Amino acid sequence: MIKFLIKGLLRDKSRSRVPIIIVSIGVMLTVLMNGYIRGFMGDTIEINAKFSNGHLKVMTQAYAENANQMPNDLALVEVSDLLEKMQAELPEIIWAPRIQFGGLIDIPNEEGETRAQGPAMGMGVDILSEKSKEDERLNLSRSLVRGNLIKSRGEAILSEDFAQKLGVEIGESVTLIGSTMHGSMSMDNFTLVGTVSFGTEAIDRGAIIIDIEDARVALDMYDAASEILGFFNEGFYDNDRALEIANSFNATHPDDDEFAPVMKALGQQGAMGQYVALTDVWAIYISMVFVFAMSLVLWNAGLLGGLRRYGEVGIRIAMGEEKGHVYRTMIYESIFIGIAGSVVGTVFGLFFSWLIQTYGIDITGMMDGGSMMLPTHIRARIAPADFYIGFIPGLFSTILGTMLSGIGIYKRQTAKLFKELEA
Amino acid sequence: MKTILSLIAVLLTLPCFSQPGANDILDRVDRNMSSENRIMESSMTIHGRRSSRTMTMRTYGVGETKAYTEYLAPAREQGTKMLKLENQLWIYSPSTDRTIQLSGHMLRQSVMGSDLSYEDMMEDRKLTDIYEAKTIGEETIDGRKAFILELTAKVEDVSYHTRKMWIDAERYVPLKEELFAKSGQLLKRTTLTDVKQIDGRWFPTTMVYKDMLKQGEGTEFKITSIKFNQPIPEHIFTKAVLRR
Repeated sequence: MIKFLIKGLLRDKSRSRVPIIIVSIGVMLTVLMNGYIRGFMGDTIEINAKFSNGHLKVMTQAYAENANQMPNDLALVEVSDLLEKMQAELPEIIWAPRIQFGGLIDIPNEEGETRAQGPAMGMGVDILSEKSKEDERLNLSRSLVRGNLIKSRGEAILSEDFAQKLGVEIGESVTLIGSTMHGSMSMDNFTLVGTVSFGTEAIDRGAIIIDIEDARVALDMYDAASEILGFFNEGFYDNDRALEIANSFNATHPDDDEFAPVMKALGQQGAMGQYVALTDVWAIYISMVFVFAMSLVLWNAGLLGGLRRYGEVGIRIAMGEEKGHVYRTMIYESIFIGIAGSVVGTVFGLFFSWLIQTYGIDITGMMDGGSMMLPTHIRARIAPADFYIGFIPGLFSTILGTMLSGIGIYKRQTAKLFKELEA
Repeated sequence: MKTILSLIAVLLTLPCFSQPGANDILDRVDRNMSSENRIMESSMTIHGRRSSRTMTMRTYGVGETKAYTEYLAPAREQGTKMLKLENQLWIYSPSTDRTIQLSGHMLRQSVMGSDLSYEDMMEDRKLTDIYEAKTIGEETIDGRKAFILELTAKVEDVSYHTRKMWIDAERYVPLKEELFAKSGQLLKRTTLTDVKQIDGRWFPTTMVYKDMLKQGEGTEFKITSIKFNQPIPEHIFTKAVLRR
């Protein structure tokens, strides 16, 4: 019977082509939207992870309590040993030590007196070592406005807005006035080699980036780091796995020593933690609303399909076919339509999601003056759920629509059939 | 009967005459602690949350307005110089060969990570010039009788609105001090010990400063040598000396 039904569907294009196209479009949009919403919310997480939170972050317990004040006197020490240990234990994570610091940037005139001065937020990142991926992670090359990236020790990059405010040109000397790990005032000269613009006012108004080894010398932080950020090899944040790693790491370190390292997953870090929790809820919520909307559309399509075959059903009953048999065959047909439409729609949905995941949608022009750290490119993100989520509206709604419209079959009276058919 | 009552009254008022007034006490403290000029070598041990470190320095001071300090050790701080002229402060860093003037909120920053701020270091005015004193009691500290004075600022530009000082009743040097903000919050506590007689005046040579808003064990400041009223060349107090 199944073969018979499939043949019927293939031969009668009006019963297969249009419904499959409708189901496919609905499913494709569902899959695409799901990936897009996940991608956008995930990108916001990723950009914050890359700049400040990491997928995982290791700090001392004391530093973690006041992390927003960047208390480098409480920074991690003997970092190389810790890194070596973590790399061996967690090969799925790439670790990046960073030094965050505040200070003043002072520009001297020809006599060495202050010409301009402004408060800065600094970052010491591993730029010069061969294996470092910090350039790519922080998107430094693409963010470059003038000059070039740091190529040797003693060089610095300023944010373009900050450099313009200070009136400093590429090649000039800038003095970083900061505070060492021990609280002493520190002064260090750097040569400005480039300026960057991240498109985020929060960073662009006063950023200085130097190599981590320079930061260590300047701030008297030998083999120390404010924090060590960890990133999953795949590049995407996995909250459950991150929590598992963090809990397992913390279980092996004493919690009564304020200078012992403590690991926090991104989902455990203040505002970003709330955002991660919200993202999970909102991604599901938005997707479900869309799935529900598409279900209504496809249900309606199923209903219309059933009603359109009102005459055909009448003839079949008049010819002596059992009502139950008619009803069942219509449901079987809708299962085939639903499966075919869902498969086609899922394939197209995944394809378009992959395109947006790979190439992204450039929204740089919409970011001017923004104070939040948001991505300049929106990218979709394909997840396992995308392989089956389309089947909810595609298969179940189509079947449900057919089942509801098919109930009418049982209300048909044989005596009235010919009268109906004449009309 | 009248005579007996008068005698009792006179006897009761006797202690008042034997104890100097609060402002007199403060004046005697100023005479011990302030000088025309001084040359001092000292060490400062900062007891942080993780470790302690010591630095040594040489300071030249003239009256309330001029001071010059050069850090002698450790190697990282060696050659760092500070110059105070009136209410301006410059710092010279040998590694950058830059001289930076500190102003505004930067003056409230800690000096070399210690419990002292640059403002604390710059404050050299006589206590009688900026505070009104009131005696609020007596106490014994380390076996020495001390007057407890409460000082309230009578000028606007002071770092601490109120101070509570324990003054050695015999030598007129502070033994302990608590510094308060206008809100009444305790900001710093200082204990002064190893009081020695130098050039005819009593002077505490060890001071432990504790910033109450900061964790750590405080900063111990030890004077290893101090000479008062010595000839100091005028060029010491010029900006040119910083880059030499």
